[in-house]
Amino acid sequence: MRKKAFSVIGKPLRKVDAMAKCTGDTRYADDIELPRMLYAKLLRSPYPHARIRSIHTERAAQLEGVSAVITGKDLPEKFGIMPSTQDEEALAVEKVRYVGDPVAAVAASSEALAEQALTLIDVDYEILKPVLSIEEALASKEESERIHSWNRRANIQKAVSFEFGDVVVGFARADEIFEDTFFFQGNTHLPMEQYCAMAQYGPQDKLTLWSSTQTPHYLHRALSKVLGLPMSRIRVIATPVGGGFGGKSDPFSHEICVAKLAMITGRPVKITLTREESFYVHRGRHPVKMWVKTGVKKDGTLQAMHFRSFLDGGGYSSYGLATVYYTGALQTVTYKLPAYKFEGVRLFTNKPPCGPKRGHGTPQPRFALEVQLDKIAEKLGIDPIDLRLKQLVDPNSITVNGLRISTTGLRECIEKVAARADWKKKFHQLPYGRGIGFAASSYISGAGLPIYRNEMPHSGVQIRLDRGGGITVFCGSIDIGQGSDSILAYAVAEEFGIDPADIRVVTADTDLTPVDLGSYSSRVTVMTGNAAIQACGKLKEILLPVAGEALELPVDDLEMAEGQLRSRSYPKRAISFAECVEKAEGKFGTLGATGSYSPPKHPANFKGSGVGPTPSYSYTTSIVELSCDPETADIKLHKIWIAHDCGRAFNPLLVEGQVEGSVYMALGEVLMEEQVFRKSGLHKYPSILEYKSPTTLETPPIETILVETDDPEGPFGAKEAGQGPLLPVIPAVANALYDAIGVRIDEIPITPDKILRALEGRLKSVSVPWFDFPPPIKWQPGDGVGVQQKS
Amino acid sequence: MLRLPEFNYIRAKSLKQAGRLLADLGPEAMAVAGGTDVYPKMKRGQFTPRHLVSLRFLSELRGIRPGTKDGMWIGAGETLTAVSQNPAVNKLFPALAHAAGSVSTPQLRNVGTIGGNVFVDTRCNYYDQTFFWRQAAGFCMKKDGDICLVAPKSKMCLAVFSSDTAPVLVSLGAVATFSGPNGLRRVLFDECYRDDGINFLTKQSNEVLQGISIPRPAFGQRNVYLKLRRRGSFDFPVLGVAAAMQFNPKGVCLSSKIVLTAVASAPVVVDEAAHLLEGKTVTRDAIEAAAEAAAKVSHPVDNADLDYWYRKRMTKVYVKRALAELAGIQLELEKGAVKPRQI
Ligand SMILES: Cc1cc2nc3c(=O)[nH]c(=O)nc-3n(C[C@H](O)[C@H](O)[C@H](O)COP(=O)(O)OP(=O)(O)OC[C@H]3O[C@@H](n4cnc5c(N)ncnc54)[C@H](O)[C@@H]3O)c2cc1C
Repeated sequence: MRKKAFSVIGKPLRKVDAMAKCTGDTRYADDIELPRMLYAKLLRSPYPHARIRSIHTERAAQLEGVSAVITGKDLPEKFGIMPSTQDEEALAVEKVRYVGDPVAAVAASSEALAEQALTLIDVDYEILKPVLSIEEALASKEESERIHSWNRRANIQKAVSFEFGDVVVGFARADEIFEDTFFFQGNTHLPMEQYCAMAQYGPQDKLTLWSSTQTPHYLHRALSKVLGLPMSRIRVIATPVGGGFGGKSDPFSHEICVAKLAMITGRPVKITLTREESFYVHRGRHPVKMWVKTGVKKDGTLQAMHFRSFLDGGGYSSYGLATVYYTGALQTVTYKLPAYKFEGVRLFTNKPPCGPKRGHGTPQPRFALEVQLDKIAEKLGIDPIDLRLKQLVDPNSITVNGLRISTTGLRECIEKVAARADWKKKFHQLPYGRGIGFAASSYISGAGLPIYRNEMPHSGVQIRLDRGGGITVFCGSIDIGQGSDSILAYAVAEEFGIDPADIRVVTADTDLTPVDLGSYSSRVTVMTGNAAIQACGKLKEILLPVAGEALELPVDDLEMAEGQLRSRSYPKRAISFAECVEKAEGKFGTLGATGSYSPPKHPANFKGSGVGPTPSYSYTTSIVELSCDPETADIKLHKIWIAHDCGRAFNPLLVEGQVEGSVYMALGEVLMEEQVFRKSGLHKYPSILEYKSPTTLETPPIETILVETDDPEGPFGAKEAGQGPLLPVIPAVANALYDAIGVRIDEIPITPDKILRALEGRLKSVSVPWFDFPPPIKWQPGDGVGVQQKS
Repeated sequence: MLRLPEFNYIRAKSLKQAGRLLADLGPEAMAVAGGTDVYPKMKRGQFTPRHLVSLRFLSELRGIRPGTKDGMWIGAGETLTAVSQNPAVNKLFPALAHAAGSVSTPQLRNVGTIGGNVFVDTRCNYYDQTFFWRQAAGFCMKKDGDICLVAPKSKMCLAVFSSDTAPVLVSLGAVATFSGPNGLRRVLFDECYRDDGINFLTKQSNEVLQGISIPRPAFGQRNVYLKLRRRGSFDFPVLGVAAAMQFNPKGVCLSSKIVLTAVASAPVVVDEAAHLLEGKTVTRDAIEAAAEAAAKVSHPVDNADLDYWYRKRMTKVYVKRALAELAGIQLELEKGAVKPRQI
């Protein structure tokens, strides 16, 4: 039975690492200093596409103060986050594929010297024609235009195609068919902390790498592969991450290079990338062109949808294989859709590689979908919120593409946000220039599958109990600011009935902590939380009988609360947690336990069905009220209401923080941020001044409404909160703008010049290229394996 | 992090000595005040001085004195924060207070000076980049190269004049007091600039600005500064409109000066505006005509934030709004479209 009342969960407690962050005690990667350390710098390609004829490093190596210079020859082994697309090199061996692609690395006694040494490296490039757009990538035929040679068709990394249900029948049943095209420009993560890593080799031929990474475990594997060292000789310590948002989830060149340089020199080596370099490392939001065809009945119910996406992937695969699937996976989890066809293709271009950014591959299609629904509602004369309310997915159901929905708070989210924003009174009723817009969305609470195929748990937690009553929790998870260390402390504190402040959390150190796959896909609360609860359960089985014996009470009458194990019926009969631990240790020896978690098996089993499943889906709705000055197209945001189904708020303060952060990031994407390039392939403005990201002055008041659905899959009922809330804000802004001034901008970001052009009827609609997609994989609900619903 | 290259830092003991140091050290030396423009540019290799002569501690550059015989005196070394928060400046010249207060961020305004602001380097998206970027792009004529990357046919550098306070000072008829090898020199701000992205200043490099005087006739003028930029903080202007107008009690315009910033390599005075407005009561039509004239002399190019088509378009709107504010006229919003159909 699920506990009704909580002592820790649901309380707005301070984060366990809050004070250290406020006082400056937190030690980020760049704060680490070691005796005799060296500083590394990477030489980067000034060309977007070129063959390397030769590299001469002799002059650099001779510079006084330079300890080592390496090139691609020293690290020829390829790597990449996805096992099937290992196409990255720590330093380019034969070819460079974007401006900023690293070709050599130097370790020297100071950063300035390392930089000077870079100027003494001579690289002879044979310049190749760069491929800079989706269209150019699709058109490449010549061998010289090929960016990689491992993929089958020139510059097409991956093309996928699915058909779920009968799309032909679906469209035939529709009264109206809508066809629209959309474009979502790429943007980058822009965390405050730039990339940084430090490596040390020895003693005992062991390598230690500190890095600001979201995925220490995957990094551990990549280091082993590229360096040819067994994993047992490598220790990866993820330092507190000063913002990641998905941008620190790949294994990176700079991490591998400092490790290699440390091995060569026998001295610690640190590298800290500049802001400009962080723009080149990128792995951010893919630019995506989309074509959406949707058939509806007159009453607005969806009959069929055909969705195509074209992803501009940049120079390497990164997570792209997953991203292309994600642009098609979650269209089905908000509204009932009986038939759905998806085709997607990811292209290689000579630009910094795109990868996962908050919402990974789903904000783009969600924008398209929610704006199109707004258009549909208008055409059919139905309030856009009513249109959605008619056809929400049911809890405990399976979608047409085989995704299992456990709980959904979507209806409650819609109703609450509409009531708070006074939607009915405002929609279509505000004066010209002022408008209100709505959108809804959903996101996964952790990917259902690991990045590399294996049967092991996704998350492991180990708990050690100390004689003094102290508790140490070990877990491979890494706190990237979202509060995952606190989540571990809260879960254990709740289970043991003690104060989270009495818990020590040790995380993200591959020598000390059991594996957790990392801070990506919004998986940490659900997965580490469940693993921690399991570990606590094992310890409770030891502690409760010991307490029962000491108090001469049956175990069923015992509870753990307020630092005690006590009788439920006579709360005064109690022993302290510390005393109980001592007795238990006396009886059983050293006390510790592990817990682990693997997500439930998902119902579908077709090729490609691994992207989309999750233990539970979070739901979010947002309403945006704004004004647009029709003369300047300046947008002023008045207020944003956002309701989020987080299953259960472990800590409402942290959930609200994630929601507000998501809103802020969404506003940057919808209104101004663009990762764009010159014709030469150079990033237009790799600087935090000219890459426009909103400030607090652009951020309106945000009213967050938390909806709790107590999901059976989640620890204490929790789902994700870190990414989903970004999704609805972007289309809600576009829809609000339409309500304000009557123009649709189907292209993100919505900048003032586009609005003015649209007002003058001069904005061109988004062009979507033609592509011969492979024949679809067909699947129907019921075709897959059965699932057991946990109660 | 980008590192500062090595340089000699010389703290001048007096204004005179500063001038002498600059003269003696020649082209390898630069003056630095708050350093908010100088240091970032040194990190990116845009400025490559061997010696910096710091003006930071010179008491001769200090002080805001509203009532001197030449009008209001503002020492060149006063910070933007001090200028923007000074009560007399706010009372008499709200345009200047606003312009100074709209520069960059609070942190930068606390160190950045008004002297540095009027001489802030011209900007361009091809120039305000790191050494690596500029090398990859191919250097431009403003630094290390010989062509203009914005307009390869242009013989001139098209970097954009980006000071917020300079257009206001020009609009108010302010005078610069320079201290140079030949003593003091006073010159109208109007004459301090030239439309050349590289040599945009008419002063000698060894002339130090001691201060600014805003003449008494400007005291009765209404003045305003409107700044177009993407965000409410950090951003340089991509268009700025400074306007100053004098009215008689009957509301007739006696004098009018409109100055644009960030549309060329120097502040641009809209000469025609004076003819269109002076001696008349200011009507909507007159404002419209003046705004039209301003748009004609505004030539933004594709080297700053926001679409340049849009920036040109905004010149008219901003000038219109600036003049309307000074004349106390309410403009009606033009309706470009109608609300979507009601349900
Ligand atoms: C992120 C960022 C945003 C910015 N935003 C804006 C903005 O919105 N608007 C804007 O106008 N500026 C902006 N700036 C530029 C700069 O901060 C300001 O112009 C500031 O006022 C410069 O003053 P300073 O004292 O720091 O000048 P410094 O950097 O010290 O000097 C600037 C120039 O003026 C010269 N100089 C300084 N004092 C004197 C003097 N007394 N006599 C002769 N020459 C002198 C120097 O030699 C140098 O050439 C921004 C800068 C940054 C880094």
